[in-house]
Amino acid sequence: MARYFLRRILYFIPTLLGVNLFVFLLFFLVNTPDDMAKQALGEKASTPEQVLRWKAARGYDVPYFWNAQAPGIQRVTKTIFWQKSLRLLWGDFGASDMSLEPIGAELRRRIGPSLCLCVPIFLTSLFVNIVVAMLVASRHGTRLETCAQFLCVTTMSISALIYIIAGQFVFAKELKLVPVSGFLPGWDMLRFLALPVAIGVVGGLGSSVRFYQTLFLEEIGKDYVRTARAKGLPETRILFLHVLKNAMIPILTTVPVQMLMLIMGSLLLENFFSIPGMGGYTISAIAAQDFAVVRAMVFLSSVLYMVGLLLTDLCYALVDPRVRFS
Amino acid sequence: MTTQTLGHIFRSWPCQNAIVALLLVFTAAFLWKLSRREYWRLAARELRSRKGAMVCAAILCLYASIAVLDSVGWRSPAIDPTTGNIIRVNGHVVLDEGRSVLDRLLQPLANRREKTYSAPLGTVQFTKSTVKGRDGRMHRVNEPLAFPRSHLLGTDMIGQDVLLQALKSIRTGLIIGLLTTLLAVPFALLFGLCGGYYGGWVDDVVQYFCTVLSSIPNVLLIAALMVVWGQGLPQLCVAMGIASWTGLCRLLRGETMRLREADFVSAATAQGVPGWKILLRHILPNVLHIVLINLVLRFSSEVLAEAALTYLGMGVGAGTMSWGTMINDARTELTRNPVIWWKLCAAFTFMLGLVLPANIFGDAVRDALDPRMRTQ
Repeated sequence: MARYFLRRILYFIPTLLGVNLFVFLLFFLVNTPDDMAKQALGEKASTPEQVLRWKAARGYDVPYFWNAQAPGIQRVTKTIFWQKSLRLLWGDFGASDMSLEPIGAELRRRIGPSLCLCVPIFLTSLFVNIVVAMLVASRHGTRLETCAQFLCVTTMSISALIYIIAGQFVFAKELKLVPVSGFLPGWDMLRFLALPVAIGVVGGLGSSVRFYQTLFLEEIGKDYVRTARAKGLPETRILFLHVLKNAMIPILTTVPVQMLMLIMGSLLLENFFSIPGMGGYTISAIAAQDFAVVRAMVFLSSVLYMVGLLLTDLCYALVDPRVRFS
Repeated sequence: MTTQTLGHIFRSWPCQNAIVALLLVFTAAFLWKLSRREYWRLAARELRSRKGAMVCAAILCLYASIAVLDSVGWRSPAIDPTTGNIIRVNGHVVLDEGRSVLDRLLQPLANRREKTYSAPLGTVQFTKSTVKGRDGRMHRVNEPLAFPRSHLLGTDMIGQDVLLQALKSIRTGLIIGLLTTLLAVPFALLFGLCGGYYGGWVDDVVQYFCTVLSSIPNVLLIAALMVVWGQGLPQLCVAMGIASWTGLCRLLRGETMRLREADFVSAATAQGVPGWKILLRHILPNVLHIVLINLVLRFSSEVLAEAALTYLGMGVGAGTMSWGTMINDARTELTRNPVIWWKLCAAFTFMLGLVLPANIFGDAVRDALDPRMRTQ
């Protein structure tokens, strides 16, 4: 078990370095620091001195990979790649290109609201999806199943934007059940988060229910379910204890994928509902062409995703002993 | 040659017409080639036996033909708007920007411009304006429309017909849905097949690139690419293609590894057939169904993603008509009182009309091509 994990973590490091280098090349090969300065200062209005000053204030006035003028170890460290990219590896995000404020402090402020939105969506949808999928699977071959399948495809075919706009319009503007947008800490949060969480759950319902349902049907067709039925176990016990336990393995593998979807979903949700989270930060950075923030967010999200994959493997090894011993 | 002149050539009508013709010929040739194989004939028969799937296919064909009509066009002599005569410079006829066949068909609709918003099939303008009455006093009235009861889905802020916009957005939606995957397929095939067949260091390199690329969540990878390149339809297609090819590559690699051990490949190897020939003649035809399933299943999610990305400011940009830009406009319209709902509804209906059939048809294609499903 420990050796299995050590191996997985050792795989993790080259990937991390690869992502780091990829993000660096992506941002600096197409747009040189000169281009970024001109873009920020205005294409025509910028004088060469202004460009130099802009670059110096943000630390872009050094070579990319090798600084021949600097003494000793600084030949490597006084470069853009080291200062702007490699430092991300140990969580040093640097400063925003636009406001010059440290990105790390901003992220610490914003991670709370983001989690307040993501975690309830994730847990609620996992629960709702499993219950609905189980219900549909247990009515296999009936008209209810056909209806449910059509509903799933229909909800999958509607853009997330429509859910948000329609939800906001009906529940906040017309019925006035919840505030339209905004965020307050403490218990007030519940009022502001109720609608975004509900929309997040409904938006992801279709595809997950369909996927879980096929998993459950596969398990229900197996011999142990027939045995349990022959033994006279109640149906709910069979479904939620025996079938669910076995179907949980493939469901666990979708957890990081769902976390991935949550980043997309919460980008939209945070933007529409003015929740001061990481998604909103990314969107405003994209709108303001703040390359430093976008770079940091791309790297941070891929690190989170890789950690998610690592956790999946851990769960896998815990529930399925075959993985541990191979 | 700079990218700008390349883009200019690419956008010229002869080039666009040639691309459309090439795509159609290629698709026809591909389908004809497939129809000569037993496996694909069986799959097609299975697909034809499903009525729902065939209805969806018909709807998709309708959308596709509108998109094709909107992609084929030519330049015609420019006409002086004041005199109505053809403009000539030194005896030579001057050509205009050129319009697509769909533009020419919908010209009557485009000509019926109003001043501002009007409800579907309305007779008066949506907003009140101050008009001098017959008695010389000023009145606040809803002015009558220039073309009453002729806008099936109403008009937008600058008086453009909403139906026209929704129809023009079809091309953008289909390009996003198809081109994205088509751009990704060659790379996925090349790397997936080579990695799976040759193994060893080739496989390690392919796997490493796939892992690195797929470690960056798709939205943020697209966001990064769009921030660097700027908004636009071609950029969006390439960015989404880059973000999507790794999944298909993984699938193809796995299937190739399985096929490499098959008897017919061993037989070919024993007869001394070179590796590239085995890949092309024996393995490629046997993984094509994965590519096709991937193409149809990805289609709808790409169309949906376009709307969200455009809203987030990393999509096709304001200059290109798309359902995303329509929904984007609709957001401010919904805050008005009374509500302007028709643009949102039009975009929603046209999008659902494409994505729902695409989803149902995609499922049917997957079921028909998957032999495990067929035996059940």
